[in-house]
Amino acid sequence: MSKAFEELGLDATPLAGAMPAFCVSIPAGELRGICEQARARKARLVALWGSDETTRRAGYALHLALGFPSGLLWLSVPLSREDPHYPGIADIYPSANRMQRATADLLGIIPSADADRRKWLRHGAWPEGAFPLRKTVEAAARFAQGPDRYPFIPVEGEGVHEIPVGPVHAGTIEPGHFRFSIVGEKILRLEERLGYTHKGIEKRFEHMTLEEGAKLAGRVSGDSTVAYAWAYAMAVEGATGTEPPPRALALRGILLELERIANHLGDLGYLGNDVALSFGFSQFWRLKEDLLRTHAQLFGHRYLMDAIVPGGVAKDLPRGAGEFLSAHLERIEREVATLKSIYDEHAGAQDRFIMTGQVTPALAERMGLTGLAGRASGIARDLRVDYAIPPYQQLDPRAASHTRGDVAARVAVRFDEVFESMRLVQALVQQLPPGDIRAPVAAAAAGARGLGWIEGWRGEVLIALETAAANRIHRLHPHDPSWQNWPLLEHAVHGNIVPDFPLINKSFNLSYSGVDL
Amino acid sequence: MYQLLKQIAKTGIVSEPAPLPDAALRQLEQRLGQVILKHFGRALAIRHVDAGSCNGCELEIHAMNSPYYNLEGLGIKFVASPRHADMLLVTGPVSRNMETALKRTWEATPDPKLVVAIGDCGCTGGIFGESYASCGRVSNVIPVDVAVPGCPPTPVAILQGILTAITPGR
Repeated sequence: MSKAFEELGLDATPLAGAMPAFCVSIPAGELRGICEQARARKARLVALWGSDETTRRAGYALHLALGFPSGLLWLSVPLSREDPHYPGIADIYPSANRMQRATADLLGIIPSADADRRKWLRHGAWPEGAFPLRKTVEAAARFAQGPDRYPFIPVEGEGVHEIPVGPVHAGTIEPGHFRFSIVGEKILRLEERLGYTHKGIEKRFEHMTLEEGAKLAGRVSGDSTVAYAWAYAMAVEGATGTEPPPRALALRGILLELERIANHLGDLGYLGNDVALSFGFSQFWRLKEDLLRTHAQLFGHRYLMDAIVPGGVAKDLPRGAGEFLSAHLERIEREVATLKSIYDEHAGAQDRFIMTGQVTPALAERMGLTGLAGRASGIARDLRVDYAIPPYQQLDPRAASHTRGDVAARVAVRFDEVFESMRLVQALVQQLPPGDIRAPVAAAAAGARGLGWIEGWRGEVLIALETAAANRIHRLHPHDPSWQNWPLLEHAVHGNIVPDFPLINKSFNLSYSGVDL
Repeated sequence: MYQLLKQIAKTGIVSEPAPLPDAALRQLEQRLGQVILKHFGRALAIRHVDAGSCNGCELEIHAMNSPYYNLEGLGIKFVASPRHADMLLVTGPVSRNMETALKRTWEATPDPKLVVAIGDCGCTGGIFGESYASCGRVSNVIPVDVAVPGCPPTPVAILQGILTAITPGR
């Protein structure tokens, strides 16, 4: 048992799997005390979700994943079937707010009366009092479309007016609603309303086998398909006691870093575009397209979908492909270095980037900002560095770290990470171990748990799995780092002008599908 | 500035030829006359609507705007409002939370209009299918002229779908 959890008075059980993780069940009455102590020990809230245990002769359960330096702690809080209430923790961990509301909408697991109890994922697709993730609700159930009245928080005062934006936006982006309260051009307040792409992913998982689920996991947020597929595979491997071969792990590392490079190149292009430097868009998207074509050639898919499967990877790197990939990355690296110096010296671009959309390190720490955006605001956490498991163990990966927390810092983190990921891919290609690429996946016992925890390009992706009988899924919660970061976008835009919103939004580039589920 | 101009000159023109239309992608008979299509073909305004996708198809729509595909050279551009659009490019299974917004966007698009559904989800509902939260394929909610399969379809496939929609029927 780890020392940190001993101090919390817990007897946590280590969980089998690649990442250091522990689980423990606690009564609801102890939840707040433990969260307060965890917070005092600098543990972060990674995810919060619920489950229906009524088919297993129990009630419901609330689950929390807390990130400690020694690993992940999976806390489960059993709740009664008749009255699934628990004391809310959003005052301790602000990022819990929307997760608590989503859990209430889907399962009827409700925080105490002092919590924010407004709906979140429920629009008009199911009525109040219906809970689609409960086991009693059939997969094919349909509810009549009802009205969607959402209590936005109004801002009053002389000269204040509102701009409602979305869900259908002006650009090619995912749907969401942004309610701006402004004075003149300045943003006084932004309130986000998401949930538009809720398509019942978690319910879908519960009607799948462990094998079938891999494909769905890779489509929770398409831009992070590798991170999700790896996290899913890690969870299944933990639950079944499967050990992927070293060659498969090295190939997974290559895939994850390629996904990071491709996404960062695209974002750097759009960030140029959003400050009227369309040259940047053309150049970076040319480089991204080159890389996507190489992905298709080497791995059979432009975005590397379905390349990672439980047990290993689906396809080996063809003979001689390592040198080809290395040479291609060297060429991209030289061009990115040129483009970086053009961005750095472009007064117009820097004027728009610097001090725009700032999240200070203090605010980031308090609110729980994570991932890429966190590393731009002094939160120097990166799972690849903090818990260096194979294949990262031997590579000594470096985490990017900037502290200004503005658009410029998020641009700088992307440049740093593109170069670092290229170094990692080169090293992995050179030291690719021989051998198999896939181990057979053992059968899972019913009620086995597995955790997948991967640093995707946007931040930490978590998959929490509990199996049912016959290799099926009892409950699977995929967690995107966007849950933590969306609320910080509301803060980042304070005092900025409305026309800078697209730039600030793009500098975070958060997932809608990943949080709407 | 010198470095920027040098980079542009060094890059040159990377655009590639456009694909040919493919009648097999058609869902509905071509409803528009030759005269109208002639005008559409020269200046087509597209409004993209994500009706619930995983954002994979969005990646390829973005990629289609890269210099390799030279969309504007074909007279195609993405516009900010359905009121300015000739065509809706719809991705995703239609989530029930986007059902109303998609219908309203379709209604706001002036006639004559075209709809191209993008991706396996847009074509069939894909891996998400139909459920309490998903209406499934796009044609379950609005009429679809052309459907482009793929997960996600490549920029060339999407472009082919768009060109098919504005090509006269036999």
